[in-house]
Amino acid sequence: MTDQAILPSLGPTPGGASAATRPRRSRWVEHSILPGFGVSLGITLAYLGAIVVLPLIALAIRPWELGPAGVWHALAAPRVAAALKLSFGLSALAALLNAPLGILIAWTLTRYEFLGKRILDALVDLPFALPTAVAGIALTAIYAPTGPLGSLAAKVGIKTAYSPLGIFIALVFIGLPFVVRSLQPVLQELDREVEEAATTLGANALQRAVMVILPALAPSLISGVSLAFARAVGEYGSVVFIAGNLPGKTEIAPLLIVIKLEQYDYAGAAAIGLAMVAISFGSLILINLLQLFLARRGKA
Amino acid sequence: MTVEARPISRTRLPGFAPLLVLASAIVMAVLVLMPLFVVFGDAFSKGFGKYLASIRDPDAVAAVKLTLLVAAIAVPLNAMFGIAAAWCIAKFEFRGKSALLTLIDLPFSMSPVVSGLVWVLLFGAQGWFGTWLIDHDIKIIFATTGLVLATILVTFPFVARELIPLMQDQGSDEEAAALTLGASGFTTFWKITLPNIRWALLYGVLLCNARAMGEFGAVSVVSGHIRGLTTTLPLHVEVLYNDYDFVGAFAAASLLASLGLITLVLKTTLEWRHAGELAANRRH
Repeated sequence: MTDQAILPSLGPTPGGASAATRPRRSRWVEHSILPGFGVSLGITLAYLGAIVVLPLIALAIRPWELGPAGVWHALAAPRVAAALKLSFGLSALAALLNAPLGILIAWTLTRYEFLGKRILDALVDLPFALPTAVAGIALTAIYAPTGPLGSLAAKVGIKTAYSPLGIFIALVFIGLPFVVRSLQPVLQELDREVEEAATTLGANALQRAVMVILPALAPSLISGVSLAFARAVGEYGSVVFIAGNLPGKTEIAPLLIVIKLEQYDYAGAAAIGLAMVAISFGSLILINLLQLFLARRGKA
Repeated sequence: MTVEARPISRTRLPGFAPLLVLASAIVMAVLVLMPLFVVFGDAFSKGFGKYLASIRDPDAVAAVKLTLLVAAIAVPLNAMFGIAAAWCIAKFEFRGKSALLTLIDLPFSMSPVVSGLVWVLLFGAQGWFGTWLIDHDIKIIFATTGLVLATILVTFPFVARELIPLMQDQGSDEEAAALTLGASGFTTFWKITLPNIRWALLYGVLLCNARAMGEFGAVSVVSGHIRGLTTTLPLHVEVLYNDYDFVGAFAAASLLASLGLITLVLKTTLEWRHAGELAANRRH
């Protein structure tokens, strides 16, 4: 920070003296002594254009070959509608269960000291680190009727693998780290004095949790849950093995894209893909608005 | 893992602490840790000899080689992009920066299957460039190029997302000082910037590589599943599993799980040792 005082005219100073003495590169970039802006921006835009933008343009345009009515028919077909409903519904449920599980684990990791804490902390990232296909076949082996947990559930008459419940379990597995990692830094920095003040004012543990801690956690809890939701909607590898993939019953939307492509129905596949991107994007915007609202209310 | 709760003095309600720690440990053990044990347990369920035979199978070896090849192309390209993007975004002020950041983040919120689908829409038999490619006898979909493209798209933001916040934090005073003292742009980057970002770069490359080697959904769409030719290791797992060769599938999966574990250990070590030199907001 002291460097800033010694070298005030260096670096990008908004509308500073350097801009007046040296000619500006252009209107939309502020002058800097550092080289390589053109080259690095050129590489960035070219690579971004080729890898992300061009493919997304194809995704946005291809479905409309069918015409607006055709796109509607492709999406409203019972099998497609069922798959979209299943994917988004189960993802929402799994993300919601991730909230209490995430709070529990983040709370334990930030508030208590115990043996093996660092290992438990590192293990939170395991669902990220384990390739999805590996998680998929392992979860299937566990929850299949012959598996260690699947056989237990079968005894009480619950079908886990090859049912919506199996998909749900896989989605909870894949979403958990998002919630824990969103909550941890906030819990770490949460002002304990506020909790202590609440205690001296006579609040009991439940009142503190609901009225003091939860409101402070809300924005990051929502962002963690929405990240888990977004991941779950698109998840493929850890779900296809355990799902059973029965059309209309346990067939997820990403799998239907794969099936449509195998039938060379590009436009139909693109329609589902576009719908998934649009619905996820729409729900993320809604969630952001909710977060903004909560953050404003928290400040007031 | 032994779970002995020793609530620190600041925590009131000591009675709750052991219960909560135990509950967390149970959730983690059943939900997260169990799949890992199952992978290795099932891989060795028919003995070590059978395991070794599965791994030495020519198709398995070809899958490992293909996985390494795809990662060896995709990861360096994304790392170079990450450095270029971080340089222009963190060191310069220009219009449209936030739109650029949004676009860079976009692949994270796309389904892997969609990340594969878009390449088929472009280069598949009925894709925009499909006929042209067939006329010129170029194969992208159902070939290594398609696998590389799908992998690049899926792992696109990893390095950039790690470097951008860090380089924004670091500012450009050090580089500016070097340049005024007469260092060339390249020397400045090589001697000032790169040492400043090396651990974050390694961290980003590590995560990018783990995802590149373990990617399933995106490559599944563009692969065509031609055994020994276009099956990466995760796809090899799928092929064997669907053939009811469970020992083979879990043996191949154990290699990928080991990769995941090694990544986790290295990542955690980096977070402990070089916390200050990594980006503050870390979430992937």
